[in-house]
Amino acid sequence: MSLTLTLGHFLSLGAMLFALAVIGIFLNRKNLIVLLMAIELMLLAVNMNFVAFSHYLGDMHGQVFVFFILTVAAAESAIGLAILVLLFRNKSNINADALDTLQG
Amino acid sequence: MDAKTGFFYFFSVVLLYAAFRVVTARNPVHAVLHLMLAFSQAAGLWLLLNAEFLAIVLVLVYLGAVMVLFLFVVMMLDIDMSGVRQGFWKHFPLGAAIGGLIALEMAWVLMSGFRGMEEPKAVAVALDAAGQAVPFSNAKALGELMYTQYLLPVEIAAVILLVAMVAAIALTLRHRKDSKAISPSQQVRVRAQDRMRIVKLAATVQAPEPSVDAAAQETKA
Repeated sequence: MSLTLTLGHFLSLGAMLFALAVIGIFLNRKNLIVLLMAIELMLLAVNMNFVAFSHYLGDMHGQVFVFFILTVAAAESAIGLAILVLLFRNKSNINADALDTLQG
Repeated sequence: MDAKTGFFYFFSVVLLYAAFRVVTARNPVHAVLHLMLAFSQAAGLWLLLNAEFLAIVLVLVYLGAVMVLFLFVVMMLDIDMSGVRQGFWKHFPLGAAIGGLIALEMAWVLMSGFRGMEEPKAVAVALDAAGQAVPFSNAKALGELMYTQYLLPVEIAAVILLVAMVAAIALTLRHRKDSKAISPSQQVRVRAQDRMRIVKLAATVQAPEPSVDAAAQETKA
């Protein structure tokens, strides 16, 4: 294995980051706020892959995509946090199991 | 091992440690702070990949705005962690197995699947009129792409941000029922006749004629 940085290094790092976020979703199934943070980590892993491919292929379009992913992630976290605040106001906790009103 | 590789491993180790602490921290404030650490390490890694503009955007927008929003919300809510942490380690074996499987499979494919991409391909060098190579600017190249080829998606992204802002405000806006606040629109639209009613009254009133019955009763008494 060579010691210079290859595309595989960055993609493996992205894979490990994504796997850690998946583990986080398994561990914190009840904690909505950590679920949101795990989703942010997943998006970061995806962005890492985009930037790595953009660099190693000499193609700027990947970085434009990262820009759009960042935009959508910011909108998602803003609305997610608003829903979280609303949930806390109504239920006084952030347990995801409390969100079963529609179960019938 | 050159300095770049050393930086890569340093940033990667700190990034993975921070990500692990995000998902296992007992205190959600610690989780947010470790998430900020993770994003800053990712910005360093993107600098290694010559994505300078995105690295700065990650620090300014993500660390400066989104993570601070997270921090505000986490500190504002008085979260009772006892119920939320219940059964935390029960699902760890399954989660670790699936996560390890994902990482191993992807690393297996990715470390061997991209032969011929060990060296980054250089972006085409532009030449000026004198034949000198123009220094490459990441921000300029990104801006030229975004405002020519990706103009419509940029506009749509702006609309998405606007919709997100309106939605977040509309979701969390709360009207108090016992509020004594006045409505400015109703105040502006008020007319004079809503406030004061003029009742016409005659200045002098004619005394009624004494009737015959009344006079008769007076004589009886």
